[in-house]
Amino acid sequence: MAAENQTPPVLEARALGKTLGGNRVLDAVSLALPKGCVKVLIGPSGAGKSTLLQCLNFLIPPDSGSILLEGREVNARSRRELCSLRQQVGMIFQDFNLFDHLSAMENVRVALMKVKGMSKLDAGELALAELSRVGLLDKAALYPANLSGGQKQRVAIARALAMDPKVMLLDEPTSALDPELIGEVLAVIRDLAQNGMTMIIATHQISFSASLADEFLFMEKGRVIESGSPAELLRRDSGSRTLAFCAKISELSGEAGEAGLAAGLGESVRAGVSVGAAGLGAESPV
Amino acid sequence: MDFSLAYTATREALPYMLGGVIWTVGLICGAMLLGLALGVPLAVLHVYGPWPARRAVSIYVWLFRGIPILVQMYIFYFGLLAWLSTLPLLSGLGLDSPFVAAVLVLGLTSSAYQSQIFRGAIQSLPAGQLKAARAMGMTDAQAIRSIILPQALRLSIPAWSNEYSILLKDSALAFTIGVVEIMARMRAIASTTHEPVSMTFLAGIIFFALTWVGVKALSLLENRVRIAGYTRQGAA
Repeated sequence: MAAENQTPPVLEARALGKTLGGNRVLDAVSLALPKGCVKVLIGPSGAGKSTLLQCLNFLIPPDSGSILLEGREVNARSRRELCSLRQQVGMIFQDFNLFDHLSAMENVRVALMKVKGMSKLDAGELALAELSRVGLLDKAALYPANLSGGQKQRVAIARALAMDPKVMLLDEPTSALDPELIGEVLAVIRDLAQNGMTMIIATHQISFSASLADEFLFMEKGRVIESGSPAELLRRDSGSRTLAFCAKISELSGEAGEAGLAAGLGESVRAGVSVGAAGLGAESPV
Repeated sequence: MDFSLAYTATREALPYMLGGVIWTVGLICGAMLLGLALGVPLAVLHVYGPWPARRAVSIYVWLFRGIPILVQMYIFYFGLLAWLSTLPLLSGLGLDSPFVAAVLVLGLTSSAYQSQIFRGAIQSLPAGQLKAARAMGMTDAQAIRSIILPQALRLSIPAWSNEYSILLKDSALAFTIGVVEIMARMRAIASTTHEPVSMTFLAGIIFFALTWVGVKALSLLENRVRIAGYTRQGAA
């Protein structure tokens, strides 16, 4: 974060606006992702988190505002610039979006061949290396239909990593997973963060992200209404919207455990919110 | 009805009737392939094209679905192609042959139906896959070619086999403009042998056998390209 002034952020959004069906889904949202920084988007459904992430790589074209990749504004009208941006910005979806007709290895390989122009052999080798990075080397030949949700999401992560992105956008990566499968995916994400990957994650896994995030961004009605370090926002006496929201989530998910939160935060926070920490310590089944 | 007479006549007619199979197979192979070659791009345009293209595909589909094949055969054979083959540039290309007219009519009509089969299959795929392909930097053309179509075509095989059996039977109409396929031969031989009933039966059996062979072959193909554990409800 200290380097913010010297080198431009890896990815920056300036005053993004988007109206969908008469609703102001994004209202002049700005954010910057300095290298190696992990930011977490929190907020109720419909707050615009997913739209924001998809505007960052123009999967949803914003109505106004601009996107800067390493300080250079991206011209979304140029197909080449758009494809180049998307290669450098990896994206993970809630529903994995694996290609059902391709094996795990082929899922990782296809864009390497089509987009990066790699040979089948080189692309295949790299694909296997990426799959082994997420612990799925032995599943390389399986088709998505024969993988568990957690495995699918890890293949999706390997697929995105293979493109060697400068930043990763994760759109609720564990929301479609059964609770017992969440841990393996979170472990991979934690690993990425520890290796210095620049990331922005929309998630409801509060305690997990609290232990990982440099900054929480709380969104509501298309705006970022609070931002700050997790410790700051989740302090019992902070009176923040974030704290109230997280407390509500934890209430709904039951007394899932305070241990996870404690891993990332101090005592005062632990007392303030008891947040669902499903699967934080879970072992990957592979 | 004298069955022994009918039997002898049928047996003697068989080689002549089977000679018509070549023409029928030629008609449906030509028509299915033309329908496939046009149907796939039409479907892609119908789903992903800009609105004028979508509109144009719609009109095309309505036109070929709405006009009876027999009427089209007459329009193409006696009208359009007869006129085209008088043009100096196109004369000598054999455009005035009834076979060409029949393949064109059956193929264009089939392309209209096939485009709807493929469109349904494309639209039954989860939209997220195109999104994921785009998110990795693929162009829409790359994504459609290597992600969307391989899946959509697999899902289309059952409906495609249905289209084959319909087309096979529509091909019998080609006798009206003079293609000497099974139906034409049946009528010719029925009038010389005075065994119309048995000849009609024979033609029916040949058509049935062709349907069976084609549908079986397509179902073998379907199994061959099936992906382990992959099923999608609402396909076809």
